[in-house]
Amino acid sequence: MIENKKTNWPVMALLILGLSTIAFPLYMTIIIAFKQPSEMTTSISGILSLPQHWSLDNFREAMRVTDFWHSLLNSLLISVVTVVLSLIIHSLMGYALGRNKAKSKFYNLVYLFIVSGMFVPFAILMMPLAKQTAEMGLGNWVGVVLLYVVFYMPMNTMLYAGYLVNIPVALEEAARVDGASTWRTYWSIIFPVMKPMHATVAVLTALAVWNDVMTPLVIMAGSGQNTLPLAQLNFQSQFGTNYNLAFASYLLSLIPILIFYIICQKQILNGVVNGAVK
Amino acid sequence: MKNDRKRTFLLITIPILALFICFNTIPLIRGVYYSFTNFKGFGSYDWVGLRNYMDLFTDSRVGKSYLFTFKLAVISTIVTNVISLMLALALNSKIRAKSFFRGAYFLPNILGSLVVGYIFNYFFTYILPAMADMAGIDSLSTSILSNPNRAWIGVMIVCAWQAIAMNTIIYISGLQTVPEDVYEAGGLDGATGWKQFRYLTFPLIIPFFSINMVLCVKNFLMVFDQIMALTKGGPAQSTESISYLIYNNGMSGGQFGFQSANAVIFFIVIVAVSVAQTSFSGKKEEQL
Repeated sequence: MIENKKTNWPVMALLILGLSTIAFPLYMTIIIAFKQPSEMTTSISGILSLPQHWSLDNFREAMRVTDFWHSLLNSLLISVVTVVLSLIIHSLMGYALGRNKAKSKFYNLVYLFIVSGMFVPFAILMMPLAKQTAEMGLGNWVGVVLLYVVFYMPMNTMLYAGYLVNIPVALEEAARVDGASTWRTYWSIIFPVMKPMHATVAVLTALAVWNDVMTPLVIMAGSGQNTLPLAQLNFQSQFGTNYNLAFASYLLSLIPILIFYIICQKQILNGVVNGAVK
Repeated sequence: MKNDRKRTFLLITIPILALFICFNTIPLIRGVYYSFTNFKGFGSYDWVGLRNYMDLFTDSRVGKSYLFTFKLAVISTIVTNVISLMLALALNSKIRAKSFFRGAYFLPNILGSLVVGYIFNYFFTYILPAMADMAGIDSLSTSILSNPNRAWIGVMIVCAWQAIAMNTIIYISGLQTVPEDVYEAGGLDGATGWKQFRYLTFPLIIPFFSINMVLCVKNFLMVFDQIMALTKGGPAQSTESISYLIYNNGMSGGQFGFQSANAVIFFIVIVAVSVAQTSFSGKKEEQL
């Protein structure tokens, strides 16, 4: 089979050429991040040539200025807690609504109500939410996590409810005959069966949360805490015209997600496609 | 046994629904309420009825931001879909190192758009003019981001750069649903090249085209991070997206009430566009 598959070389050449649109900005980022301001002349060759020394000084300075480890920890904390809560809460909601919406008006209504939340743009919620979270003492990472759990509920609940259609109720009934409660049956049988959907939900939620700027910007503004993207925004003025420092900081903030992508590329691609197509 | 099941479902649904109402429905209602007041974001405020909405339709800055946002959304959607469709066809053809190429072309999508915006900001401000100087193209020797007539192109390029990655991967999964024998049968009837794409491939991947259109339009209409990183709405307010205007003037500009009204209109626009798109693509699919 493989032998009679002819490689389409012209297309290959075009694809390699096209990759430069992705490689160039990354190359530029890496090069500038390693250089010293004195090496940056206004000519193209001055900006884009390789640095004279590969020193980590810019990164050390950027870490100090932006309080990198703190921001990284906040980003990790928010992402991990959001994903774990989403897997638990959204799958439960998907289960309760998915199993009942066909025969119960109440559950169908709740389902439509939650799913229609997908159309609510953050712009209309942000001002009231900034007030509300401040009043409730949630102007911090806990508030941000709670909001994420609510924002991604429409999408994730829909994905779970859709997936459950293909899981026969008979599976649960067998356990029920053995005397297990619905709650226990869910955790021992249904939750594990939904594993492929957990992967999709985890990938979609993690990517969205990790890169989000607006929610922490609006909610955590007064807390003195930063997430990784928020740190880039807040320290923009401190970089001044020292672009080398700024780019070192940008690169630092991109490295965690790049590592994650290299390790879980297949799962990420599958998750993104599943989430969009379903 | 039956009661246990019913009770469990209720015990799951009620608290989660309460959480949703607390952080989605109540703020939504509060937002609508504020839109009828002259609230500045602090202090006392009065009920002003429909005045905010009247002012909205005569406010030139708001009108400008709607024009800009829609122009950006429409052009970015076209550019993104044309390029990603071609890219998907290329990535789905007989090439080596398929998974490497697919992985690499998806990369822009996982990067945070704020930082991507900052990187492109530097590119447009320093690299592109320097390149244009070298090539002797005078019209590009100043930063496109500082030109009120051109800054939107910069925003568009950054939006498309990331969205193409996403759309391509969806088109590829669409192309994989087209069975090989469709092409073989079509080939016998003389359907090759453009004809094959127009009459065989494209009709079969219309559902994926619809998904991409809806995704694109919705994301581009809500554009925020890229504006924040590239232009901050400037120069001369020429790239102020609706979300950015609401954030900027509503959160810190003392227009909490007025921008709430803007947000309500924006919400209605988003719903209308989504509904129109869904029903339009539904009809299209039926015809085929």
